[in-house]
Amino acid sequence: MEIKILGTGCSNCKNLEKAAREAVAELNLDAAVVKEEDIVKIMGYGIMRTPALVVDEKVLVYGRVPSVSEIKEMLIKK
Amino acid sequence: MDNKKGFLQYRNPADFLPLVLLPLWFLLYRNLQDLTDLLVYDLLNLQKGTHLTESLWFFVFEVPKVLLLLALIIFAVGIVRTYFSPERTRKALEGKSLFTGNVMAASLGIVTPFCSCSAIPLFLGFIESGIPLGVTFSFLIAAPMINEVAVVLLFGLFGWKTALIYVVTGLSIAIISGWIIGRLHLEKWVEPWVYELKAGDHPDDEKLTFSQRIMMGYTAVKEIVGKVWLYVTLGVAVGAGVHGYVPQDFMASFMGKSVWYSVPVSVLVGIPLYSNAAGIIPIVSALIGKGAALGTALAFMMAVIGLSLPEMIILRKVLKLPLIFTFIGVVGTGILVVGYLFNYIF
Repeated sequence: MEIKILGTGCSNCKNLEKAAREAVAELNLDAAVVKEEDIVKIMGYGIMRTPALVVDEKVLVYGRVPSVSEIKEMLIKK
Repeated sequence: MDNKKGFLQYRNPADFLPLVLLPLWFLLYRNLQDLTDLLVYDLLNLQKGTHLTESLWFFVFEVPKVLLLLALIIFAVGIVRTYFSPERTRKALEGKSLFTGNVMAASLGIVTPFCSCSAIPLFLGFIESGIPLGVTFSFLIAAPMINEVAVVLLFGLFGWKTALIYVVTGLSIAIISGWIIGRLHLEKWVEPWVYELKAGDHPDDEKLTFSQRIMMGYTAVKEIVGKVWLYVTLGVAVGAGVHGYVPQDFMASFMGKSVWYSVPVSVLVGIPLYSNAAGIIPIVSALIGKGAALGTALAFMMAVIGLSLPEMIILRKVLKLPLIFTFIGVVGTGILVVGYLFNYIF
């Protein structure tokens, strides 16, 4: 499973990355958490708001920072 | 029977909190003046009319008042914003004829949630779906300039007329500036890679429940008030100092109407400065209280809030310098005109 955080470096993006890593750790998932900061690549996902949470190349959340429990729920469903 | 139990059982308790908090809010707000009198004149037993007492009174009264107003409006606006999104705005703007597009873009700029870090993806998204450059600019001008925090503070410190004027002139500047930039056909000054970009299909909009919307209202209050309270307090403190100590009409000498250069100087000083609305307004209010002309003070405030160095640096990624300067010039001139207009009328 690959978890990608799309963001250009503002505080929200950092918070999302932190929350995502926490969720992964709490679920003990075998998942890689990467950050994408290149704006051209970010636009490839078709979003207009950062930060965004992408799992296995599918955009799950964008424009806000979901809570750790919300992220866990989404990851479990996958 | 089962339905009713289910409704209450699964309802987030936070949903009912507003019912309790709102009356409390009103109670506090209505009694602020009496509470301040009590604290400053009775409990601390300070002499009415002295510089120190009046400054302190201003401070003790204004800080909670501003914070209360902020909390209420940010909560309300936070919830309204959940009904808007850049994606919906983009769809609404596609294909609109030029001036209509400018008007809609500016209006939507007020209510669409927008964080300056999203400026680039948003700009790219708009351009890529064919929205004209000028219309996009109307949005980008309105979004930071017409700020609900500023509206609240102006309302609290000057009354609804001033707050309304602020919104209307802000909108006008956004609409007209965007329209002018569009008519100048400055597409050549947009970084070329922007027009070559092929964005992916955008994901479906999230469906939000009402419960989630209320939570987002709370989050907005926590985030914004959390960020801003110190500036508000400092701004009010400076305002309190001016209120209590600066002699009446001192400001009139260089920010007053009779001095023709007061508006351009205010705008020029305001452009490179950046502050959030909360910090600058109490200062502005105290200056006005000491004789600064309303138009000059408003122009200063709009220049500070509406044009910011950090935002220009971010936009440099997609706009070439001549366009950035044109942007600043057109908006700055609009603010100048508003400043003169108000000094003339009031």
